Formats: sequence, C-alpha cells, structure tokens
Amino acid sequence: ELWKSFLNLKSFLFSYFSFRMIYTKRSDVLMMTPWFAPIVWEGTYNSEILNEQFRQRNVTVGLTVFLACGRSAEATGPTFLETAETYFMVGHRVNYYIFTDRPEEVPKVALKEGRNVVVLQVQNYPRWQEISMRRMEMLSYFSQQRFINEVSYLVCVDVDMKFNDQVGVEILSDLFGTLHPGFYTAERRSFTYEHRPASQAYVPSDEGDFYYAGGFFGGTVTEVYKLTKKCHEAIMVDKANGIEAIWQEESHLNKYFLYHKPTKILSPEYLWDDNLGRPEILKKRRFLAVPKNHAAIRNK
Amino acid sequence: FHLQEDIFREKNTTFFIQLSLMDKLLHNCPKEGHLHLILKSLMLANDREGISGPLDPSLIQRTDVLLVSPWLAPIVWEGTFNRDILNAQYRQKNFVVGVATFAVKKYVRFIEGFLGSANKFFLSGHRVNFYLFTDHPEKVPSINLAPEKRLFIIPVQNYSRWQDISMNRMDIISNHIHSHWRYEVDYLYSMDIDVQMFEHIGVEIIDTLVGTISSWQYTKPRDSNSYERHPESRAAIPHGEGDFYYAASFYGGSVSEVYKLTTACFKGVTEDRANGIEAKWHEESHLNKYLLYHKPTRLLSPEYYWDEELIRPRIIRVKRLSSVRKDLQEVRF
Repeated sequence: ELWKSFLNLKSFLFSYFSFRMIYTKRSDVLMMTPWFAPIVWEGTYNSEILNEQFRQRNVTVGLTVFLACGRSAEATGPTFLETAETYFMVGHRVNYYIFTDRPEEVPKVALKEGRNVVVLQVQNYPRWQEISMRRMEMLSYFSQQRFINEVSYLVCVDVDMKFNDQVGVEILSDLFGTLHPGFYTAERRSFTYEHRPASQAYVPSDEGDFYYAGGFFGGTVTEVYKLTKKCHEAIMVDKANGIEAIWQEESHLNKYFLYHKPTKILSPEYLWDDNLGRPEILKKRRFLAVPKNHAAIRNK
Repeated sequence: FHLQEDIFREKNTTFFIQLSLMDKLLHNCPKEGHLHLILKSLMLANDREGISGPLDPSLIQRTDVLLVSPWLAPIVWEGTFNRDILNAQYRQKNFVVGVATFAVKKYVRFIEGFLGSANKFFLSGHRVNFYLFTDHPEKVPSINLAPEKRLFIIPVQNYSRWQDISMNRMDIISNHIHSHWRYEVDYLYSMDIDVQMFEHIGVEIIDTLVGTISSWQYTKPRDSNSYERHPESRAAIPHGEGDFYYAASFYGGSVSEVYKLTTACFKGVTEDRANGIEAKWHEESHLNKYLLYHKPTRLLSPEYYWDEELIRPRIIRVKRLSSVRKDLQEVRF
C-alpha cells in the first residue's frame, strides 16, 4: 500500500492546479489591512457561509438615508429604494430609516417580507454643506434614541445612488468604512484630508492609512453612535471656531477612522461612479452614483 | 525505480504536494530512509514559489498565501500585520490571557522548555496566567518569570492511556473556566506542553474564537483523510465538507467561546466512548467538527504550531512555535 500511495503522488501533483486557484483568491488587490481588517472584494468571500451565520443570529440591519432636504425627492428616492429591495441584504431583515423634511414625499415602494420603511422627520437647512454635516448629529441622536433597540447594525449611505449588484452581510462588522473610489490607488500625499491644524479634522501629513468615503460607512449601533457623536462634536467645535473642514463630514470621518481603525473595509465596488471608468480590478459595481444636476440641486 | 525519475523530472514545475498524502507517506516509511529523503528534497524543490514584494511598504501584502478565510476571518501570517498598531489597540483594554497546558507522566520533561521560551516569546509585555496541570507538581522546575506572567500549578490525575489524557483535557478546561477562569482571564488558550517558541507570538492571536491551521494540512482539505469520517462518531464530518484542518495543539479565544467549544467537544468524546468508538485523531477530530460548524473569527497560520517532523516550506517564513523532537513510543508509554 506504500507503493499505491506513491502512484497517487503523481495525480496529486496535477490536482495542484485546482488547489492553487483556491489558495490565493485575488492577488491583484490588497485583501487585508495591517490590523487585520479584511478588505471586501468580489472573490474573497463565500456568501452562503456568511448568510448562514447572519441568518442564525436573526440580524436586523438598518439602512439610513437622508432624502430630499433641499433636493427633489423624485430624482433620487424611488430608484434608491427599489434597487435596495433587489440588492441590499436580501433574505435578511431590514429597516430603511429615511430622514426627510418632507415625509409626504417619501416614495411608496413595495417591500419584501421582513423589511420596513421608517420615516423620520427632521429639520431642513439652507446650505447643502450644513445638511451634509447635520447628518452626523441626527444619526448619533437616533442611534441612541431608537436604532439601538431596533437593529444590530447600521449602514449609513448617500441617497443619490442606486444599488446595482449584491450588497450583503459580507459588509457587516463592528465598524466599517469604504475606500473612496477616487483615491484607492493614490498615495497618502494626495489624500484630501483636512490639513489645517485649526480644524478638529486635521490629519498630519505623515499620517493616514486610507481615504474613506463619507457616503458609505457603518457598523454596530454602538460603534456608529460613537463615530457620529465624535464627528458631530468636532463639527460643532469647528463651527464655533469659524472653520469648516474641506470635505465636511467626510473629513471628520477620515480623522475618526485614523484613530479608531475600522474592523472591515469595503472596496470601491461598494461606492462607484461610472464616470471613473471600469478598471480591471473592479469585478462588480454594487452601489453607483446617480448622475445629478449639481447646480440645480444644491442651494435650491 | 522508474517512478523516482518521473518525480524528479517534475521537480522543475512549482507545486505544493498534497500534505495529507505526505502524512500517509511519512508515517509509513522509516525515518531517514531512502523514501523519506526523496520526499524531503521534493518539498525543497516546491519552494521555488516566488513571493511578491509588498505593493506599498506601509501596507504589507502577501500574495503567496490566503489572507482571509471565505467567511472573512483573517489568517495570521508573517508580513501581514503590524504589531505596533495591534499593541496600541490591545493595551487600552487591559486584558488578561490564560494559557492551559498539561504535563502528565513523562511529559514533565518539556515544562522547562515550554515555560522558558513562553516567558520570552509569548505575549511579551502583556499579562498572562499559565495554568500548568501536572501529576508531578514536585517536578516543576523553578523558572524566573517576567513580572506580567504568573504560573499556577494544578495537580491533575493521570490516565493509563495517553489518548485519554489528551482527550480529557477538554473536560478539565471547561470545568476550570466555569469554576475560576471566567473571573480571572478574558481570553484562554490551550497549548501542548511539548513545544518550544522561537519567535514572538503576540496580540495578533487575540480574537473571539481562534484556530491554528495544521502544519500537515494547510492546503484545502476537502478530500483529506484527516477528518473523522465514520458516521457513528460524533466527530464525523461528511465527505465534501470541511474548510481547514485545525491543530488541537493550539486553539483558544474568549473565555465564553472556549467554554462552549470544550464543553461541546468533550460531550462528543463522552458519547463516542459510550458507543465504544474513538475518533481518528482524538480530541482534534472533535475540535475540527466544532470549528466547521462554529467558524473561527481568526485563523493562525502553521507558523503558530509547526510539527518538527516536517520540512518547512518557504511560505512558512517564520517558525514561531514548534513541537519538540521526541520519540513518541518512548514518551507516551
């Protein structure tokens, strides 16, 4: 039987090739950070295993968006919700938390079982920058007041987007951010961190891991609460000092993620703009910017 | 001896030898015999795999090994993590780590090597409680431990069969977690005593449920014959299932998770005993069944437990912890 084993050796040598494919799934992209946060790319995870794990825990995911508040609801709402129904956390329980100053304009979209829309009425602001930054305040307030009792995870995204492919439980972690599609190949010196020491969002020029996008972040309710509270407080301090960070709450988010490192990072598959083209490494475009008329919408 | 020539011709292709086969072969052929030497040189030939340099010096990356499991649990390899960042995160939390290890009968001879090297290399600078179970407390050598390290010597019964000594560790661990350790430590690791550490093992091992990929089985083992397959055993894993093969020599996690693991595994051992069966690799078979259905949140590469019997291929850049060479016949009986 020893010689039989020896003969088997040759067939095993040829089965090497199939093993190799499994062994190094993606060698073209960074798959993990130096602090063990996986970077989620297509081909790095198995949806079946992950779905099974999260279904066992009967997890409910909250998806937060800020609708209208100065923009036309028709331009964004329906597409966002309809595509979310098709692609977002399919098979799991979802609460859509729609922050809006015009509850009557929230689109009525047919929802699958286990999924609900919750409309939260909030104040409007004249400047879009102000609206953008107040999101942190509203998220931190409602996290503590409500979300903590209703969902396990929060996913906070921009609304002028549409889902185009699977965005599932592979994104869920204690604290996650998304690589900004404009900067994932850039070097640190071109990251648009806030570089003025006068701002609370200041990042020294020799620091910074990645440039994260303000339009897609999340985690457990507790972690999102801590993040949004910290960012809101920093924004208020800046306001009192008469300064506004270069990319508003995105600057503060990046500061936060530098000193409170995310436990998972989403690749630009999760926040893409087709104006940036279709590079080879992008195997999926899951969440896409919807073309908008900036002049018409901002400061309407 | 024509087969020998075929294999040497193929030496020029880069490949990995299926290690479950190596398992079978190396266990069957005499030590340092002709066949053993052929296999050793084959493994060295395999090592021509080129390793890509990091894409960006500040962001370390290896492309020669799997870095995350299919459920996105990190796999810990040298060159993939920054211990400074991890230490900074860890220190804030003031954790205590426990290590359970067993030195029964002749295995007491390994205590000095284990504790001496662990004192130097295991979670250096962090608080660790070593819980040493032994049937010969008087034979424990006195060792000068670093200030953050403490040693607790716990007398334990021995059993006539070494397999029973091995399997009952699960029961002892689960009992001690329940009675004391859940109040004393945050994380608990079970380690074999017959090992030595050669390189730092740090906070990169700390996570909720941690398994070490076996040095015999670090390729995809679905077809491997190391899992227990007989359906009558509680450790049975059906054909076609299996993620990795984990080594029982080094596993751990949060106290509550290790409690659940050891309780479940020992329950399997007990049920098997009642049915007159013993799993192929004893408690390791039960461990593998458990970790298949309760997937680890972090995996340690074979750097973290290397079987000294094996030649170390180049993908194992560092040998942090390895078994001590011994005559199994002599030391077990």
